[in-house]
Amino acid sequence: MNLALRDIRYHRGRFILTAIGLGLLIGVVISMGGIYRGLFADALAVFDSTKADIWVVQQETNGPFAENSRIPEDIKYRIQAVPGVAEASPLSFQTIQIERLGKPFRFFLIGYDPNGFGGPPEIIAGRNIRQKHYEMVVAEAMGKELGEKIHLGLNDYTVVGITGKVVSSGGDPAAYVSLADAQEIQFKKDNNAIRNDRERIAANLAGLQTLSPTQSKFLQQNITGITESTHTVNTIVARLAPGADLREVQERISRWNHFRPISAEEQTRILTKGMIEKARMQLGLFRLILLVISAVIISLIIYTSTIDKIKVIATLKLIGAQNRVIIGMILQQSLLMGVIAYAIGYVLILLTYEKFPRRIVLEAFDLQALFVIVIAICTISSFVGIRKALKVEPAEALGG
Amino acid sequence: MYAVEVERLTKIYGKGETTVTAIADATLRVKPGELVAILGPSGSGKTTLLTSIGLINEPTHGRVIIDDTTVADEGWLPGLDLKRIRREKLGFIFQAHNLIPFLTAQENVMVALEINNLTRNNAKVRATELLNSLNLGHRLGSYPSVLSGGEAQRVAIARALANRPKVILADEPTAALDTENGKNVMNLLKKLAVENRSAILVVTHDHRMVEGFDRIFHVSDGRITNEKQRVEAGGTHGLG
Repeated sequence: MNLALRDIRYHRGRFILTAIGLGLLIGVVISMGGIYRGLFADALAVFDSTKADIWVVQQETNGPFAENSRIPEDIKYRIQAVPGVAEASPLSFQTIQIERLGKPFRFFLIGYDPNGFGGPPEIIAGRNIRQKHYEMVVAEAMGKELGEKIHLGLNDYTVVGITGKVVSSGGDPAAYVSLADAQEIQFKKDNNAIRNDRERIAANLAGLQTLSPTQSKFLQQNITGITESTHTVNTIVARLAPGADLREVQERISRWNHFRPISAEEQTRILTKGMIEKARMQLGLFRLILLVISAVIISLIIYTSTIDKIKVIATLKLIGAQNRVIIGMILQQSLLMGVIAYAIGYVLILLTYEKFPRRIVLEAFDLQALFVIVIAICTISSFVGIRKALKVEPAEALGG
Repeated sequence: MYAVEVERLTKIYGKGETTVTAIADATLRVKPGELVAILGPSGSGKTTLLTSIGLINEPTHGRVIIDDTTVADEGWLPGLDLKRIRREKLGFIFQAHNLIPFLTAQENVMVALEINNLTRNNAKVRATELLNSLNLGHRLGSYPSVLSGGEAQRVAIARALANRPKVILADEPTAALDTENGKNVMNLLKKLAVENRSAILVVTHDHRMVEGFDRIFHVSDGRITNEKQRVEAGGTHGLG
């Protein structure tokens, strides 16, 4: 006869409520693990989608995801000419905040060369960008429809395609435009601002005594070119030819002034170790604390339940029950509670994880590991109750 | 041959100057099928005597023999499996029935049988038989919380009888019952002692309940002070 199941059957209301409470706690632990994995996935989403071997960025910076990096767009031709480089393409990144339904909405705008690479990794609806201007591909999470227009900078951009789950390292959904458009959104000023810039530069030039009249005249005539140049990007990504030596290519680019070639491996490290390390550690610590809380709660539940059964245990001992019968009753209840609570937590997160504001990635290994941890916690927690039960004297069954 | 033999049993609690002698030099013998009462006021040592026979309280001195097996001789005999002896040879009935609240009447009897390694089906058959014989056939699936005091005590008796023990030890089995139910339980014990050839030792402080018992041991201040033969309605035959 399974005493654990009989006890649960009799006290099912109490057991179910306790399991639900514990299940919610385990659900939070599962979601924490999912957010932890989601942080990685988010941080690497744009990086992974480019499939680049080298990221050329501004010297002494850690690249466009970690800090500000500005390099001239035309450096891509030089990079393409390096032996071992198969292709190179410029990319620009900027976070944009717009108003949507009366609330601020942030997204990550990626400018890419439609003839190069680094664009949307997949198109799940509509098409990719075909024209040089005013077309846009947005991530699903932007919640935009095909054909919808978004006003950015000085112009409207039409959504022509929807891509999957591409987000910035901060979790903001991504949108793609052509590089030319991205540069225009980032650098193009309105007419008043342009006029102001021109006048300020002209005034500065007029005040420079070191310029000859010819030089001064030449510069005055070309102010437009100086003030309106938008050909700046954040990085040039490059893919290597088969068999090319990554180190050799990096060394060659390193010899140029003002640039730093970052390998994919280094970029991954910058993104995962540098940028999300603190968040990762915080989540890890939070998970640990929640597991400790779960362990304490399970121990308390099992201990209280054992205290409630002192007379039953004493009676069982008095009628000759072996220790294994009593240990089995406590251990099985503890394990059953753990398994049911885990199932409740798992189902809860499975049904809701897509509704979380940040990406939750549920990995089989994490779920299995947590299940093993929950079982271990239940087993260890039940020792408290078992220890108490084994100390109960049969004589305690006597008396009123 | 005796079902229970107790020779010069002494139980002392505590050490040094704080010792309390709960039972001193108690000697008694009970034959199979005999119904014996241990009578005495609260704190007289009657429960200590019962629990020492029931292998719960280790005697400080003296000898206890259950069904020809010496279990205590100046303390428990080493290497003895007390739980097995309790399981196989002893049955217990308590003041407050002590049924397991989350088991039905039938399961409460079955648990004693399954602990003694009876298969579930056989345990079910035996439990049903026992409960039917005690007029509890209609209460097989009832939990203790819905049983009356008398019904619960009869289930407890069925559990005590389940493994056909040589000795049944009952500690104030009627204390929680009204007079009528108390008398019914005592009559039942008398009947079982005869039918099952079990020695039944009943601890009680209620003189009214010992009518028809084969012998009565009076306990006072830890000593057996008096032993009387068969108690019929209206009188006893004193031996000592």
